[in-house]
Amino acid sequence: MGELFAQYNILAAFGMTILLTVFSAIGSLVIGTVVAVLRVSPVGLFQKVGAFYVNTLRNTPLTLIIIASNIVMAVNLGFNFTEDIARNNIIWAIIGLSVYHAAFVCEALRSGVNTVPVGQAEAARSVGLTFGQSLTEVLLPQAFRGAITPLGNTLIALTKNTTVATAIGVAEVSGLMKEMQEFRPDLIVPIFGIVAIGFVILTLPVGLLTTHLSRRLAVKR
Amino acid sequence: MSASVLFDAPGPRARARHRLTALAGALLVAAFVAFALFKLGERGNLAADKWSPFATGSMWVDYLIPGLLNTLKAAAISIVLAAIFGLVFGMGRLSHNGPIRWLSTVVVEFFRSVPVLVMMMAAFGLYTFNNVFQSEINPLAAVVTGLTLYNGAVVAELLRSGVGGLPRGQSEAGLSIGLTPTQTLRAILLPQAVTAMLPALVGQLVVVLKDTALGQIITYPELLNTYQQIGSNWGNPVPAILFIAVIFILINYALTVLAARVESRLRRRGRPTIHEAAGGPGAPAPVEDATDEARHHADEERLRGH
Repeated sequence: MGELFAQYNILAAFGMTILLTVFSAIGSLVIGTVVAVLRVSPVGLFQKVGAFYVNTLRNTPLTLIIIASNIVMAVNLGFNFTEDIARNNIIWAIIGLSVYHAAFVCEALRSGVNTVPVGQAEAARSVGLTFGQSLTEVLLPQAFRGAITPLGNTLIALTKNTTVATAIGVAEVSGLMKEMQEFRPDLIVPIFGIVAIGFVILTLPVGLLTTHLSRRLAVKR
Repeated sequence: MSASVLFDAPGPRARARHRLTALAGALLVAAFVAFALFKLGERGNLAADKWSPFATGSMWVDYLIPGLLNTLKAAAISIVLAAIFGLVFGMGRLSHNGPIRWLSTVVVEFFRSVPVLVMMMAAFGLYTFNNVFQSEINPLAAVVTGLTLYNGAVVAELLRSGVGGLPRGQSEAGLSIGLTPTQTLRAILLPQAVTAMLPALVGQLVVVLKDTALGQIITYPELLNTYQQIGSNWGNPVPAILFIAVIFILINYALTVLAARVESRLRRRGRPTIHEAAGGPGAPAPVEDATDEARHHADEERLRGH
């Protein structure tokens, strides 16, 4: 075990996993919020565009999106951010992960909005709040609380899905795992154990935190 | 309608404003599509000779159909094994025997928190190193192992929430006519829970089907993998990827619609149904309006239960 840690930089690989997770989480939150706004907007066309985005992305394999971001966007169409190929792949992996998970973030936010009963909006308007006031004081706070659990689940799934970035050669945990397996096939079980426990450590706190928060902030109805 | 919570019914002025924003939006979308097509065309991806191979028999017989069959084969084996795994450990989690319940919980939570790809790689490494199967079966076996362990854990959770969502009167009735807790679980609760989780199980098929594409990374010759051979054969990797994406989306969308049908059918018969096991990307993708209504319905049921 110690041998593996001495020979391979396991912590650096997990660092890359965390980096991919953090930046993709921010990216998917931004895109997902925009798509969610489109989907709940009163304009019919925007709703259709948002629904098209979600249905398309949710039914496409993530592996395909990641590979396409490299083969189609970077190699074929030549959208490159830096000369450094490794860094370019990292950026494209982050974009691919963000675009894919944005569909789930959108649905998480929308399901939060759906937890708010219509009576809340009616009550807010009937006590004389303006549209903006009822939105910021009554509806969105409740909607956000309803979205905590699905958002947390999306973050956990995103953390695990960063492993797919190895398909375009990003040096994160699953790539290192493959390398370690090839050089030490006799240690496959301990290698799997280290990687698995690493992911349990990364995802468990998120799960505990969202459960705690969603209970604490639950809207009593 | 989700919009009704946030917005009032529009009057004439708001409708005029909506028409204007829709027009601006339509122009933006058109500009985006035009830009994408321009960029694709600039590199010759839209040329007829890049797309005409998809009308040839060789493309389908030699590449797409074998790839699709491999994808479907891996998905089919995995969903059956995952259902068995889920049944065993789901019942384990509901067991009245402490150690069994505890062990099942650890197993289910562990396999749910490890990435599918990591499990596939470890299985692939183990099978190859120990010569478990013939070498050409190893990738398939590894894909099936990874998918079974993850989705089995999800199914176990589905089963548990299915039983948990049943009215308490069901188990009380079972116990009061003299059945043991285990008999109550087997004869009364499980049959209802399995029916309730049917739509979610069909939806889970979408997840399994999508995740078979991870097999590409461990050299399983599934549908996505064929883009490389197609690309090197006809020099059209980009059209190949786009075409394969469309195949995946169509199949998965059909499955999503099927899941919604099963659900509305169950609902018409007055059976309760359950949704999204894990939530997020691991969970099945519900189809629009039908499911939204169903969700409201399920929420109401849950409220009544408490």
